[in-house]
Amino acid sequence: MYLIITALAAAVATAFWYKNRLNDKLHLGALCLMYWGAALMWLVDCVAAIIAGEEEIIDTSLNAALLGICSVALGLAIWLILLLIRSRRNKSQATSINSH
Amino acid sequence: MACFAAPLAEAVITTVLMKRFEKKEKMTDAPNESQAGIPWSRKLKWLNNLLWGGSALLALEHIWHGEIIPQFPFLTALKEPGGVLPMLGEIATVGVGMAAFVTLVWFFMIKIADARAKKAAVSGKTAETEPCI
Repeated sequence: MYLIITALAAAVATAFWYKNRLNDKLHLGALCLMYWGAALMWLVDCVAAIIAGEEEIIDTSLNAALLGICSVALGLAIWLILLLIRSRRNKSQATSINSH
Repeated sequence: MACFAAPLAEAVITTVLMKRFEKKEKMTDAPNESQAGIPWSRKLKWLNNLLWGGSALLALEHIWHGEIIPQFPFLTALKEPGGVLPMLGEIATVGVGMAAFVTLVWFFMIKIADARAKKAAVSGKTAETEPCI
């Protein structure tokens, strides 16, 4: 279930990034790649489960859905922290240029 | 168990490589992006985002399933007797598979992006075909 939720989040983030691709001030590209990275890795995990002959390949329980939501939230949190770091760095660079 | 260890190790290597390429590109007056394709530091940044992001979300999954614990040795497989070999086996198969698959997808991604950047340079358009990631 978390594979499906993360892949959906990746698709939504990609759609937003594509809409703002010429002026990506929010660095949505990083968020897209983060979600796609996780979705691809879980896809490989799924294929490995199929090869191993596991019966339940996609866990559709509430616990798995919650994990998917938490994964999306973690991705958003990392992206927000990256945004904050970048904006601070840009501000400090701008002030150092102005002082010279 | 700890399959995300392989993509995480690759992420560390590609981050070091990206920093080196950044330094090199700053020192040598790098040619126009559209003329020489997309710089390697930017391409490696995409791979870094894929690998670090994916590993972080996978680490959360492992914490959720109790495979990573907050005390030494941090992995439950290391605590269990006879758990080390299956863990290493999983890293070598599933983990390496994950890292290889992500790298393969990135490889096709940079091929397409490079082709579009070169096409844009020929036609004289840059902004439309070179989105910033």
